[in-house]
Amino acid sequence: MSGEFNNKTIKWVDDRLPIFTMLKHSAVDYPTPKNLSYWWNFGSLAGFVLVIMILSGIFLAMNYTANTSMAFESVERIMRDVNYGWLLRYLHANGGSMFFIVVYIHMFRGMYYGSYKGPRELLWWLGLLIMVAMMATAFMGYVLPWGQMSFWGATVITNLFSAIPLVGDYIVTWLWGGFSVDNPTLNRFFALHYLLPFVLFALVFLHLVALHAVKSNNPLGIDPKGPQDTIPFHPYFTIKDLYGMGVFMMVYLAFVFWAPDFFGEPDNYIPANPMVTPAHIVPEWYFLPFYAILRAVPDKLGGVIMMFGSIIVLFFLPWLDTSKVKSGRFRPLYKQFFWLFVIDCLVLGYIGAKPAEGAYVLIGQIATAYYFFHFLVLLPLIGKIEKTKPLPHSISAPVLKGGGIPAGATAKPMEKA
Amino acid sequence: MAEAATHAAGQGETRRDFLLYATTAVGTVGTALALWPFVHSMNPAADVLALSSTEVDLAPIAEGQSVTVTWRGKPVFIRHRTKEEIEKARSVQDSALPDPQKDEDRVKKPEWLVMIGVCTHLGCVPLGQKASDPKGEFEGWFCPCHGSHYDTSGRIRKGPAPTNLPVPEYAFLTDTTIKIG
Ligand code: HEM
Ligand code: FES
Repeated sequence: MSGEFNNKTIKWVDDRLPIFTMLKHSAVDYPTPKNLSYWWNFGSLAGFVLVIMILSGIFLAMNYTANTSMAFESVERIMRDVNYGWLLRYLHANGGSMFFIVVYIHMFRGMYYGSYKGPRELLWWLGLLIMVAMMATAFMGYVLPWGQMSFWGATVITNLFSAIPLVGDYIVTWLWGGFSVDNPTLNRFFALHYLLPFVLFALVFLHLVALHAVKSNNPLGIDPKGPQDTIPFHPYFTIKDLYGMGVFMMVYLAFVFWAPDFFGEPDNYIPANPMVTPAHIVPEWYFLPFYAILRAVPDKLGGVIMMFGSIIVLFFLPWLDTSKVKSGRFRPLYKQFFWLFVIDCLVLGYIGAKPAEGAYVLIGQIATAYYFFHFLVLLPLIGKIEKTKPLPHSISAPVLKGGGIPAGATAKPMEKA
Repeated sequence: MAEAATHAAGQGETRRDFLLYATTAVGTVGTALALWPFVHSMNPAADVLALSSTEVDLAPIAEGQSVTVTWRGKPVFIRHRTKEEIEKARSVQDSALPDPQKDEDRVKKPEWLVMIGVCTHLGCVPLGQKASDPKGEFEGWFCPCHGSHYDTSGRIRKGPAPTNLPVPEYAFLTDTTIKIG
């Protein structure tokens, strides 16, 4: 069908299984807005981290034992005796944190530039499903080393489901496979921790299918008007993404080699003890904002509903934001509230790490209220009252000082220039 | 094509629809039932259920002391209560309790309080078993995770926990031995 390949073997395969055509279509020719900034690096970066996680994870699994009497020791053995075991484990543990940093930046990028708006609603949804699957994966992974934080994190989080009226307790017993977090729990968490990243991989694939159907958004938030507004993905963005990966690796490996326990909790180097809860239990940093929301409500069921609500509300973002203009660049009012929202998330994260007492409780409640206020009141309202700045004619226009070539003009596409 | 023909014939369409709905229904119910073994395999297994009773000798526990034993992988608090603690637990008005329950209904013998030491909020083990532990505002137990206070009967008095510390099934085998579960 394609006939575009010179190499005979490639052509032979492609005529029977068009993988090379697909690759060329989506990673070489894919027409990309030519004004993408570095904020657009974080998508490919996230995919790259996923590959690192799967690789390091599979090799860890070759030496890990999912049994309560051996799990902690098997991880210590990985650290001390297995060749480069320390490297595998630190790559994996810090990779988890990096994954969330990258994905959170990727999401805030989407919020600033209105990337969730039509026609990209499903793209946004798939992204959110990826986030939820990542959270489940990371949560279960953290249980595997079977330290004190592993055990008590698992206990507190699974107990969230006991808040469900009537069937809550049955669900929790079912999740545990017993009457407390114990060996059956560790076993199934390992099985699921192995499985979910591959589900994630499939979700990422769908995310990309959706992306290539609706095409990338860009910092101006307007559609390309023709070929003069786009450049082929390869070599322009392959090289830019690679450069971003280089910078990312420097940050990531700096943690792995010089501060490998920076994101960790010392208590997790104490073997799990079901009889003693550590004085101060905190989840991993990437869950802190949600944990703060959970604790802001003095009622068990209420707290759980608010916590899940804080994620569910993100699914409604395409409809809560009533503005017709996508990019925050042309939305003077939204822009300010966007940054307020970022600060609010950071405050929630800070509060989540603090004990629930005194002023922390009040600040946590205000920050939680503001989180929902932003989505449910501010976003619909701002879109209605805001006076947006005029949008440029085309992606090329601002660069060429207004001389952008409108769609359908006679000029040759500029991409080969 | 065929539809036009059955239309003309009248009855055919509904009969075919019926077959379609019936097959779909049987298929759906069958698939749902086939899922059950998979779901149920995740519930507690026979050996986990079999491990579910523990005997405890109370004789060595002096008045004002507590011990923690393990039952079904969970801590069980056993406290030999003092006169004042019992009195304190019994003098509270029901209406002052978030989860009203009489102290009399929570014990078999007033001096022995036996309950599951798992906070009914999100499952931490409350403090208060050791003499040096903080015991909260009601001098019973205190859960440090999110700040739940329990009284000398193990009833929730303040904080996010919704219910009292549960009392497991237990029986006195002799005057000084109990069997939990
Ligand atoms: C989405 C990708 C993944 C994420 C976010 C993730 C996250 C985590 C986290 C946070 C830990 C705890 C690290 C620690 O504190 O020691 C962990 C442990 C572990 N993970 Fe993963 N993981 C992922 C993929 C995988 C895969 C694909 C495997 C392979 C089968 C795997 C196997 C393991 C094993 C064996 C451990 C226990 C050893 C240890 O604690 O270092 N992971 N994972
Ligand atoms: S688990 Fe005890 S207060 Fe939350």
